[in-house]
Amino acid sequence: MAAPAIEATGLVKTFGAFTALDGVDLTLPRGAVTAVLGPNGAGKTTTVRILTTLTAATAGTAIVAGFDVATHAHEVRRRIGLAAQDATVDHLLTGFENLVMVGELHQLPRREARDRARQLLETFALTDAADRRTEHYSGGMRRRLDLAVTLVANPEILFLDEPTTGLDPRARAELWDVIESLVDTGVSVLLTTQYLEEAERLADDILVVDHGHIIASGNARDLKRQLGRDRIGVTVIDSARLDEAGDILRRVCATEVEIDRSVRTITAPTSTGLGGLTTVAHALDDAGIEVEDLALRQPTLDEVFLALTGRPAE
Amino acid sequence: MTETLESTADTGTTLHEPRGTLHDSWVIARRGLIHMRRQPEQLSDATIQPVMFVLMFGFVFGGAIKPPGGGSYREFLMGGIFAQTLAFATFGVALSIANDRKNEIVDRFRSLPIGRGTVLGGYALANFIKATLPVVLMTITGLAIGWRIRAGLVHAVEAYALMLAFVFAMIWIGILLGSLVQTPEGVNGIAFAVLFPATFVASTFVPPESMPGVLRVVAQWNPISTLADSLRHLFGNPASVPTANSPWPVVHPIPYTVGWIVAITVACAPFAVRAYRRSLDD
Repeated sequence: MAAPAIEATGLVKTFGAFTALDGVDLTLPRGAVTAVLGPNGAGKTTTVRILTTLTAATAGTAIVAGFDVATHAHEVRRRIGLAAQDATVDHLLTGFENLVMVGELHQLPRREARDRARQLLETFALTDAADRRTEHYSGGMRRRLDLAVTLVANPEILFLDEPTTGLDPRARAELWDVIESLVDTGVSVLLTTQYLEEAERLADDILVVDHGHIIASGNARDLKRQLGRDRIGVTVIDSARLDEAGDILRRVCATEVEIDRSVRTITAPTSTGLGGLTTVAHALDDAGIEVEDLALRQPTLDEVFLALTGRPAE
Repeated sequence: MTETLESTADTGTTLHEPRGTLHDSWVIARRGLIHMRRQPEQLSDATIQPVMFVLMFGFVFGGAIKPPGGGSYREFLMGGIFAQTLAFATFGVALSIANDRKNEIVDRFRSLPIGRGTVLGGYALANFIKATLPVVLMTITGLAIGWRIRAGLVHAVEAYALMLAFVFAMIWIGILLGSLVQTPEGVNGIAFAVLFPATFVASTFVPPESMPGVLRVVAQWNPISTLADSLRHLFGNPASVPTANSPWPVVHPIPYTVGWIVAITVACAPFAVRAYRRSLDD
């Protein structure tokens, strides 16, 4: 069990003149969750496709579940589950039929495939929709089914490519709960996401990728310390007092602030958390500046990228 | 929720031994058959269309066209429409491949531990079964309007076997087409532009001898004509009557047709498999 679930070195993938991956190293310890965080086009999906044997790397090696993806793709496929970015369930088949089909293709005997399907539908709260065609499922249901399909054969390693992109906040929260309970069972997970919040909530380690390079890595706390502290955001009611409020934030947080005049909002990084927020609130109140909104929030991916690369995520 | 999940990652995962490409292809073929059942409108080329052709041509043109060697036009027509319908089987496969590329389920299949030819085998199997549907429906319709099998059981069995062999060859063309043409709309466009002329400039509905110069030659050498004539001979129905200067295919329709079946399969199968794989690569 000492061997990592995934060990990739120097992965390169080019499409003609375009380099999608430019030397990615990645290690996923057994039972751990690693998030690959980055904007569209950073190389997240390409990484997943190489590690799941869907496409061959131009250079570099990857050992997944103990087997080389280039030479033992079949052995890798027996041990992994992939939930691709667009839920790949069959629209004309019911949820139950989708699960049984994949179970049988994983060589489960028919009866076992059916039992497994029922069990997974129950686990993912889809029993009522079991006999409905998936074209009539909501986005959240389809993602849950896709995840269930991924688990049919008890994979050792799960690949989740942007599992909550395009979902509404409620469906996203539900899916996070599901993924967390999966993680509790000890399966190794490689997850890609565009949301820092998602990476932080689900992953032990985060790799930040940009233009095919890993530009930062570590756990969420390290990363945040390294690059993006929390933000205090203030929206004032009277735009004439925007600069005044900006001065107050600059003084209290002892940093530069960003002022967005179009929405009368000032943003300042802070490391003092709630305490800083209280101080700002008092200072604004003392100055008699009326506030529409005052909040402490996490840096967005854009801000993380700004801190790391000096330019926003594309 | 957590309780039931515990069984998902007893990470000492039990791996099941492979049960072979045929088993896996059949699992994928069953999916294709469910699709057909749930989209009956897409089956029209295999159900309504051939039956309509039999009835329309049989009754509308039946009086105006005389089979070459005499006899019933409706009996002459049957072999032609069998051949035409089987040629259309090409498009079933091409469409299923093009449709699947659109909805990305192929990536799911490719991440599963199944043999390389499995998915193609599944398409082929499902469409092979689909192709038997119009053969059954037309046989019933034909019998109802006076078509008869007049050359005995053995020849009839040979006729049906020839039809299945022809479908087999057509499926390879379909795989090639579905892999080269990216969209279902494209596949439909080609169906119209290629298959209609190919099945009309043939002995399908009228004897080629009645056609003008170039068309007659094309029709005489067209394997759809010779398939139609082979079936007519094997069923003991009126067929093209060779004359002293008829080209070889008209005189020997059965070996000529079998030759085409073998040639198409040998020529198309390797290209089709390669084109299919390439169409999946990034």
